[in-house]
Amino acid sequence: MIPPAETVHWLFATGFLVLGLCQLGETLVGSTVWERRRWRAYLWPATAFGMGLFMWPVMVFFTSSTLHMLAHGAWAQAMMLAGAAELGRVRGKLKDPRWELTVALALFVSGGALLVHEQNSWLFSRAAFLHHAIGWTAIAGSLFPLVRAFRPGSAPLRAGFAATMLAVAVLLYCDRSFAPIFGHLSQLAR
Amino acid sequence: MSTQALPDLERSRRSPAVVAVSLIGPLTVVAGGVWAFVQPYRLTFLDPAGHGFWSLAVEPPLLVVLVGVLFHLVVAPGIVEDVAAAEAETDP
Repeated sequence: MIPPAETVHWLFATGFLVLGLCQLGETLVGSTVWERRRWRAYLWPATAFGMGLFMWPVMVFFTSSTLHMLAHGAWAQAMMLAGAAELGRVRGKLKDPRWELTVALALFVSGGALLVHEQNSWLFSRAAFLHHAIGWTAIAGSLFPLVRAFRPGSAPLRAGFAATMLAVAVLLYCDRSFAPIFGHLSQLAR
Repeated sequence: MSTQALPDLERSRRSPAVVAVSLIGPLTVVAGGVWAFVQPYRLTFLDPAGHGFWSLAVEPPLLVVLVGVLFHLVVAPGIVEDVAAAEAETDP
């Protein structure tokens, strides 16, 4: 009853789509209006924390290599840390804007985990290509929360973060367990 | 409800930010619909034979449509009211 890897990627893509739309909405109306309803303020940190939680079963059941297990475990911890820190900020327990650095860390660790556990080259298969593309997108996207930790309230930086989430969602939705990329599919993948 | 609340709500409905937020859900639904149209084979329920549980339960274009619908029905309406309330407070 374990889902195929592509199904897991699509479910996480849906999580990233929710994160991206929330960030986009907050960018458009501003944090003051967005946080007028408490449940709305909790929406994206809770989603991020939940995605971190769901990464644990992925770590447990998709143990194709030790590297996979370690990468998924690190990813789960980083996502939960970022979600928890943002929940703390929304609740008012954490006041320092530099807690945003946990989001940058989560994205950087996520990107690193994706790159590290993909041992094949870009054009090995579509899955390999997407692991590389998502990894570098996440690492580049980590710059937005990194800078925002020192420039809180910057709408362009929030927009950039939203775009990163949406880009990751699109890339994850493109994933297939067995498919070529730009006409390339390694003989080893067949 | 105050008598001023309804005109405020109507005015705020036309603000660019509110229009943009109101479009997020429908545009997401359209994106999922276009994807389903371009790649109908991603909708396994159209040809369920030979597909397992997960293939039938998790169909990406439908997930995109679902997220768009939920955003439009659950998140967007409250934002329109809150923009109106915020504008009423800053510009009484």
